[in-house]
Amino acid sequence: MIRYLVRRLLYAIPTLVGVLVLTFVIFFGIYSPEQLARQNIAVKNPTPKQINTWLKERGYDKPRKELFKEQFTHLAILDFGKSDRSKEDIWDRIRKGAGPSAEIAGMALITSLVVAMTFAMGLAYFRGTYLDRLGTLLTVLLLSVPYVVYVLGMQFLLGKLLKYGPIAGFERGFASWRFVFIPVLVGLIAGIGGSVRLYRTFLLEEMNQDYVRTARAKGVKEGGVLFKHVFKNAMIPVITTTVASLPVLILGSVIVESTFNIPGIGNYLVDAVNKQDFAIVRAMVYLGTLLTIVGFILTDVLYSVVDPRVRLE
Amino acid sequence: MNRSDLINAILSLLAPVLLVVAILRARKQPLWAEAFRRVRRNPVAMVAVVVLGLYTTVAVLDGIGWQVKGQINSQTLIDQAFAGVPSESTYSAPFAVRSSEVRPKPLVAPGRHVLGTDAIGADVLHRVLKGIRTAFIIGIGTLAITAPLAILLGLIAGYYGKTADDAIQYVYTVLSSIPDILLLIAIILVMGKGLLAMCVALGVTSWVGLCRLVRGETLRHRDREYVRAAKALGASPLSIMTRHILPNLLPVVIISLTLSFSGIVLYESVLSYLGVGLQADMPSWGNMIDGARAELTRDPVVWWNIAAAAGALLILVLSLNFLADALRDAIDPRLRSS
Amino acid sequence: MSQPLLEVRDLHTFLSSPRGTARAVDGVNFTVDPGQIRAIVGESGCGKSMTALSIMQLLPEPAGYIDRGQILFEGRDLLDLTWSQMGDVRGNDIAMIFQEPMTSLNPTFTIGNQVRESAIVHGKSKAEAQELALDLLSRVGIENPGATLRQYPYELSGGMRQRVMISIALANRPKLLIADEPTTALDVTVQAQILRLMRDMQRDFGMAILLITHDLGVVAEMADVVSVMYAGQVVEESPVHELFREPKHPYTRDLLASLPSREARGKALRVIGGTVPPSTAWPKGCRYANRCQFCDQVPWETPPPNNDLGDGVRVRCHLFDPGRTDEGRTEKGVPA
Repeated sequence: MIRYLVRRLLYAIPTLVGVLVLTFVIFFGIYSPEQLARQNIAVKNPTPKQINTWLKERGYDKPRKELFKEQFTHLAILDFGKSDRSKEDIWDRIRKGAGPSAEIAGMALITSLVVAMTFAMGLAYFRGTYLDRLGTLLTVLLLSVPYVVYVLGMQFLLGKLLKYGPIAGFERGFASWRFVFIPVLVGLIAGIGGSVRLYRTFLLEEMNQDYVRTARAKGVKEGGVLFKHVFKNAMIPVITTTVASLPVLILGSVIVESTFNIPGIGNYLVDAVNKQDFAIVRAMVYLGTLLTIVGFILTDVLYSVVDPRVRLE
Repeated sequence: MNRSDLINAILSLLAPVLLVVAILRARKQPLWAEAFRRVRRNPVAMVAVVVLGLYTTVAVLDGIGWQVKGQINSQTLIDQAFAGVPSESTYSAPFAVRSSEVRPKPLVAPGRHVLGTDAIGADVLHRVLKGIRTAFIIGIGTLAITAPLAILLGLIAGYYGKTADDAIQYVYTVLSSIPDILLLIAIILVMGKGLLAMCVALGVTSWVGLCRLVRGETLRHRDREYVRAAKALGASPLSIMTRHILPNLLPVVIISLTLSFSGIVLYESVLSYLGVGLQADMPSWGNMIDGARAELTRDPVVWWNIAAAAGALLILVLSLNFLADALRDAIDPRLRSS
Repeated sequence: MSQPLLEVRDLHTFLSSPRGTARAVDGVNFTVDPGQIRAIVGESGCGKSMTALSIMQLLPEPAGYIDRGQILFEGRDLLDLTWSQMGDVRGNDIAMIFQEPMTSLNPTFTIGNQVRESAIVHGKSKAEAQELALDLLSRVGIENPGATLRQYPYELSGGMRQRVMISIALANRPKLLIADEPTTALDVTVQAQILRLMRDMQRDFGMAILLITHDLGVVAEMADVVSVMYAGQVVEESPVHELFREPKHPYTRDLLASLPSREARGKALRVIGGTVPPSTAWPKGCRYANRCQFCDQVPWETPPPNNDLGDGVRVRCHLFDPGRTDEGRTEKGVPA
């Protein structure tokens, strides 16, 4: 297992290198630093001196090659430096925002898993009946609504119409659950269509396997077949797809945090986009990628834990 | 009709013509004929096809326009259909007689705005219909660029294997390690808001899935007898890939493209919401939904803008999803639900 | 005469498909007496597996369904039972083993868990089930039962898995064991072992076996009575020795003739020309007519009657119709 982990981590390095190169190309290859400066400086026609000062402050005045080496080494060790606009330390802000983001994302993930799995098992139990067909149609409907509409809609519904509160803001510690409740609920409803559909497919695939027939031949009743045999096997792809869904969590958190004014990482990113602060966006891209790759490796490890047939060497 | 109008009109008419020709030619092949027959028997799928047909018609009609006296911009056929419904000055509810503000004022065209009007008084139904064309341009534009590239690379990676495969796999592993939303934001931020940036960004993030799919299928087919037979008969690799393997991949590719289209259209609304969408003056559902952020907290509440845009988007995405499902069932019965 | 253990009457099992309804089992009758081994033999697609699955009501869903018929087990019609009641019968009074030992076991549970489940589902305690599992595994010839119970299916060979399947089936001492091609997926040497095992278990437990197979060698070795199936129907029924000594139905004769034999060494293998008609559209008359060498001697457009020739022999063929006038028939009606 240790050898496998080491090997995977080593394999991840060329990918990270590629990402760093790509990041550099996107941020410094499409437009030159001078053009970036022109876009960012508040004055309409900045003088060369102003441009130079701007570049110098951020270390963008070096030649391409040196710039690349610098960016590369800094990002690699997670030294994100300071924001282009406000000069605050990026890593610091990220650390502060990680708590709320993780809290909302984590709770949304767990509740989504439990609720979606319950519905999916219900559909699998009643497969072929009108209930199943209706449920399936419903899931397609639910997953066709844009995430943004869910967020806005729920905020409107709960906040304005039903006057539940609070609908924005955040507080740390135990009191946070009041602020976290609605965002998590929104995340749950927005993702449930896709999840139920996916889990239902996994469950039905397992139900067509030979071992299910054997279990029935033994006299195991339908409940036992579903909740014991099928469930355990279906949990394998369920867990692995859940863990691998980190990129989706990031997307969700961006939208939810910006709408509900949660001071998390997603909100930080949206802020940076509005202010055109490239340093922050660069840092986010790299961080997000790092998390995704870690997520992939974790998924494989988890897979070997839950499926006795898979033994990593 | 000036030059740009002419180009628009030709392109708008070209797309559906090509589609119809493609379908007619496909009908001759037994696999497709059978698939179409099964789709025809599926009532939900037929509704989806009709809906998509309507949307396409609107998008095409919105591409044909010319200069009209008294208007700065060329007026498309859709615009001209709304010529009889003049704009107001501000919000008004669907079918309303007075504007939607703290002190309501009477409207210029009372009761004629089927879906109400927006912040500058433009008819919402008009905006929604124009949004169809935008969505189609983004969707088809993105796919037109990325699909051929993804398919080609997938074929090469699957067919040749070894170094070519490793190289292509490396490229898309790097790309897929970056969370989509972050990559999209990064590209659009750097290239500036607008249609081109959005198409490029969406293209970069969406070609990986298709490439992987094509690669996988090519690998499956590469060792089949018919490929070996073609090789033995002296066919060149290019001809094997395009004339033999590719037609067998088309069903899954088309399903994937349909789903990609709906994903792209959905993404546009997200990107606009986050501030990296199209320019504010382009008619898009994403812009309308983004505007709803303030509208929903307004007093009196303006809900019809987001409802109309979300509704139009929902119907389009639903139709695409149902169609993709029906095609999937029609082509591979094993995947049919229960 | 004692009551038969199992009596299948006029069973019709169909499969609905986009191309129409496949009448997989189209009017099948047979009985199994207590302690008897009946083989149902036929080629792929003749309906023998579907017959077995119908008895257990484990038809592939949603396409498979029993259209009509009766399945009497100890006098009770199983088709009248609720799903839950049938669950009490399965694995308890009637057990079944399948063709694919590789996929028939749940890969995420240990062998022990799956063997014990058989007993626990029908009322035994965990401790009793564990003891029973150990006993069963050693009876079926597994050397280290304790260790094996802790293993996962993927760690066992095909032969061992089939032994495990047998022990699962026997856990509650069923009166009837249905074995659907139990050795087809196994190596020849393992086949012999498994068959021997089944015979030993049958003797020890005194149970009846309904053996589904396409292999006439297996039939010869195991069966007491045989039903030959073709195109969804039983075309010949006979005690085993009689079947091999004097096959009556042209299909049975052709089948036996096509077996490779020492005497025919060096000559071309005999095959039965033609193909089975599609199950969605059985011919109206005799279903074997298009491949039968005697078809022009009989009114093949009409369905052949099922003739009872006595001593447990029945043949569904015009040639054996006592009402038919014809020349050239030997003593038992077999054309010369």
